Amino acid sequence: MNLNALWEYANPKKFISTTDRVLPWVSVLSVTALAAGLIWGFFFTPEDYRQGSTVKIIYIHVPSALMAINAWLMMLVTSLIWIVRRHHVSALAARAAAPVGMVMTVIALLTGAIWGQPMWGTWWAWDPRLTSFLILFLFYLGYIALWEAIENDDTAADLTSILCLVGSVFALLSRYAVNFWNQGLHQGASMSLDKEEHVADVFYYPLLVSIAGFVLLFIALVLLRTRTEIRARRMRALLARERMG
Amino acid sequence: MIALLIRDLRLAMRAGGGFGLGLAFFLIVVVLVPFGVGPQSTLLSSIAPGILWLGALLACLLSLDRIFALDWEDGSLDLLATAPLPMEAIVTIKALAHWLTTGLPLVLAAPVFGLLLSLPEAGYKPLILSLFLGTPALSVIGTFGAALTVGLKRGGLLLSLLVLPLYVPTLIFGAEMARRGAAGLDVTTPLLMLAGITCGTIALLPFASAAVLRVNLR
Repeated sequence: MNLNALWEYANPKKFISTTDRVLPWVSVLSVTALAAGLIWGFFFTPEDYRQGSTVKIIYIHVPSALMAINAWLMMLVTSLIWIVRRHHVSALAARAAAPVGMVMTVIALLTGAIWGQPMWGTWWAWDPRLTSFLILFLFYLGYIALWEAIENDDTAADLTSILCLVGSVFALLSRYAVNFWNQGLHQGASMSLDKEEHVADVFYYPLLVSIAGFVLLFIALVLLRTRTEIRARRMRALLARERMG
Repeated sequence: MIALLIRDLRLAMRAGGGFGLGLAFFLIVVVLVPFGVGPQSTLLSSIAPGILWLGALLACLLSLDRIFALDWEDGSLDLLATAPLPMEAIVTIKALAHWLTTGLPLVLAAPVFGLLLSLPEAGYKPLILSLFLGTPALSVIGTFGAALTVGLKRGGLLLSLLVLPLYVPTLIFGAEMARRGAAGLDVTTPLLMLAGITCGTIALLPFASAAVLRVNLR
């Protein structure tokens, strides 16, 4: 496959026409996977012998936490593409992904709190993972606020992409700084490649389906929001032209 | 470069330049804390390192929008941009001037404020050292935030929202070093991490600030 063909999709028109065809499929698939994963997870898995039924929140908590981080990674990549190749669709995709990522962060924090109340006996603890997610939330907040504050589209895209780059470095730094700062209460990775650390297989397979559902949901939402951004911008351009003429 | 530094320092020292404002703010924070948590000296001495670090950080934050705002308003920033000096040098000098007028006085005043909060005897040296090492990073990071928001009319609040998350690693290692020092523990690890963060930000962040400033001046 010719890699250069990838840049074709940077053309807004081509992007819209392609997503016209792709978006329904992605949406349907995401709903199916989410429904399958959640129903399988909620009703057809045994209860954990220590955690009881609270273990089932894992099917929302882990995927949303995963997507919260991946959304930022995607914003980082699209910001880099904007800085290097200046494709507008790329900048708009970063803008579209930010609120979705922020909501994922909030979901992860909330479900964690709901689970933590009966299990750890507290809604909130200053555990490294919890703290770094709160910091990630602040980064999303600042990023979105900067987009909203600047009127000129290109200036906003430039400034937010640089903020995303710098923010990524500092978010990573904060992640390891809080590790150093306080001892953890949170359990180890439930998805690590190291089989020993893993959750048991009964929980693992529905979790995989549910994660696939969240990934597809994220893709569908970002595509949808990017299309909205493109159309909103086109509308503004048309209105401006009308006023001129 | 030196001329620019001297100009910035002079402007800051002049009446209305805001020199000492950060220091006064720092003092007020330190005075208000005992009202908030009570005057028991055991409690105060255990939270003193953290309060002093937070106070220094907030005082630093307060003066950030002054870095570029005035030069932006009267157009001298455009003149500086067309000067033969590279933009990276300009932002570095600006950060240095900010540190000399805000960070350094805070470092020098910290022992006095430590006295007010009954900081333990052993805590003074680590506290001063950590502030001395950490405040340059605060200034450099703040300069980046100020450059980001320079074109905005009401950028002050946004500036805090953008800069405060970036301050997290510096605050963690700085306050940790001061706390360990006050408790009589070994401070080598946070000391090295703090120094690393400061060196890293000084070396790299001016490039980002300069890029941002160029975008804003476009």
